[in-house]
Parts: sequence; structure tokens; C-alpha cells
Amino acid sequence: MLLLMAGTVWFAYLLAALWQGRRQPGWPLWRLASFTAGSALLVIALSPPVMSWGHADLRWHMAQHLMLGMFAPIALMLGKPVTLLLRSVPVTVARGITALLGSSPARVLAHPITAMMLDVGGLYLVYLTPLYLLSLADPKVHVLLHLHFFLAGYLFCWAIAGPDPSPHRAGFRTRLVALFLATAAHSILGKVMYGYGYPRDTGYRLTDIEAAAQLMYYGGNLAEIVLALLLFAGWFRREAKRRMAMAVVNG
Amino acid sequence: MVANAMDTRRSLRATLFLGIGLMAAVDEILFHQILAWHHFFDRSTPAIGILSDGLLHAAELLLLAAGFYLFVLLSRAGALARLHAWAGLFIGAGGFQLFDGIVNHKLLQLHQVRYVDNLWVYDLAWNGFSLVLLLIGVLLWRRARAAEQ
Repeated sequence: MLLLMAGTVWFAYLLAALWQGRRQPGWPLWRLASFTAGSALLVIALSPPVMSWGHADLRWHMAQHLMLGMFAPIALMLGKPVTLLLRSVPVTVARGITALLGSSPARVLAHPITAMMLDVGGLYLVYLTPLYLLSLADPKVHVLLHLHFFLAGYLFCWAIAGPDPSPHRAGFRTRLVALFLATAAHSILGKVMYGYGYPRDTGYRLTDIEAAAQLMYYGGNLAEIVLALLLFAGWFRREAKRRMAMAVVNG
Repeated sequence: MVANAMDTRRSLRATLFLGIGLMAAVDEILFHQILAWHHFFDRSTPAIGILSDGLLHAAELLLLAAGFYLFVLLSRAGALARLHAWAGLFIGAGGFQLFDGIVNHKLLQLHQVRYVDNLWVYDLAWNGFSLVLLLIGVLLWRRARAAEQ
């Protein structure tokens, strides 16, 4: 069912992008490609074979989470889906969406620190408490966890480096600090899992846990580097625009 | 303004970040993880040691990303000053290692290279190596500045 949802969203995006392609200024092909890649990652991560591998082998579970929580969100958000949505709907609907996204609760939720707590905090809860065991036993919890991983991951990636314009977005320094803390917390968790054998009481061999923790650590590092580069690139672009605007004003 | 003016200061700064990040990464991966000789903060429990390593790791990762980004930016603008860049790399790496060797190890006593009796050998090697790197960096920097004139 999740697969169907992911496929539907992608198809809707494709239609919207093609429709935009017929107008000015069109829709960049690479953004469509990025959104497609992200959707593909989602589909792969949620596909039945990967799901069953993830149950059996903790390393596949980690790979699933890396795809769901970090790499799919980055690829998806680079597709600028919200911008595409706003351009594709009637103006009144667009205004409603913008108002909703700009509301106080939404702004608090999308703040880098909030997003970080939801995302990385969730990781700590899953791996250091019996929550993981519960998810293995109860399919509803399992699905909810996957959903949370994806949503929290997307929220965090977007809060740090999302290209969709956001007038209320936190400043560069706040986002850098949030990324720093999240990277540290993620690395620490990876090492704690490696060194102390978390998650506990799940019947996994210690070597499997160690391999999974390493995958989490280095895979997470890769995603964090990508986010950092995106953050810097976004800052640079805004700085360049600002300086050009100043030059026009002063020149 | 010259289109392809080499930006010496920024070139140095970009590789300074890279040098610091690289040396910190080598230290963390080799000495903290693989050899497990020490953590960043060894004056409390091992768990706190791991916590401190995580913070170090995050800092070095972001420094590497920042340095890399600035480096690519300069390269693409044709503004990379090569000698200054090399100088920055060595100064960053050697400088970080020396700072670690003197301030972290001896002044603040956050951790030591290795917890053995003949620590002085390790300290000598650590700081000696860092001085060599720093010296290379400074010599390169002086040559770069001379070439500017």
C-alpha cells in the first residue's frame, strides 16, 4: 500500500512537471530526474524483497533506513515538489497552502532543531529502547516507524538544505549548528551501537550489529556531507544574489 | 577587476579547512577508532569518550565539506592559487596536529596519544611530525608570497 502511495505521488509529480514543461519557464529536467530517483529509492526500500531482507539481516534494515530516511528525502526534495505543486494548482489553493506552511505550528515543526530532535531523537528511541523489538513483533508499529523515518528524515533534510523557497527559514548559522549536532548525535549512536551491541535482545549476532552500525555510520556520513554541500551551495547562491542586488542598488 | 584574478587568501583558507579536517579525520579514524588508543575527552567514562569523539567527527566532517566546497568554487572560477593552496593544506594539517599535541594533550590534558609508560616517545613523534608539516607549509607560503610579487 505504501508502494502504491509512493508511485501515485511520483506519477502526479510527473504529470505536473510535464504540464509545466509546456509553459514558461518550464520545469528543469534534472529536478524531475532527482524526484524520480528519490521515488525509486522509496519503492526499493519498501519493496517486499527488501522488507523481508531487512527483517532477517540487520544490515539490510540499516540500508533500508538510510534509503528511507536520508537518501530518498534528499533526492525528493531536490525535485522542489512544493514549488511544483504551488505552480500547478489554482491561485486560491496555492495561497491556502502557503498560508498553512507559513503558520506558526508549521514553522516550529520545520525548524532545524525540531526536525533534528524528531529525526535523530527517533533513532535513539528505536535502537536504545525495546521499541525496535516491538516493531519486529507488531506490523502496525513497524509501518509507523518506517513512515516516521521517512517523514522525519525529509523534514530534517528540507529544514537544513531544502531548495523550496521558504521566507521563514532559519538562518545559515542555525542550520549549520543543527547539522553539526545531528551529525555528532548520529555518529555517537553508531559507535554506541557498535561498541555496546544495541539493539539488544534481538537475537542478532554481534558481528551483524557491528556491520550494521558501520553501515549506519558511514552511510550517514555520506548523506551528511551531501547535506553540508547543499547547505553551502544554497548559502552561496543567496549571497551572490544579495551582492548583485546591492551592486544594482549602489551602482 | 581581472576576470581570472587568483584569490590567494581564499585559496589558503579553503585548503586550511581541508588540512585541518583531513588531519582530524586521520587522527579520529586511525587513533581513535582503529587503534583505539584514545578518545577526545578521556577524563571521564568511555561513554563520554565516545560522545566527545562524535562531536569531533561531526566538526571534521563539516570542515572537510566546507573546505572541499570552497576549493571547488575557487577552481571553477579559475581563482585557485596553487602554491597558496598547498601551503594552506600543510599549515592546516600540521597546525591542527601541533595544537592537539600541545594544547589538548599537555595544557588541557584532555587525552594523551597512548596510555603507556614511554609516552614521551609518542609525544615526540606526534609533535615532531606536526612541526615538519607546519614547516613545509610555512616554507610553501613564503614561496607563494614571493611569487606574488
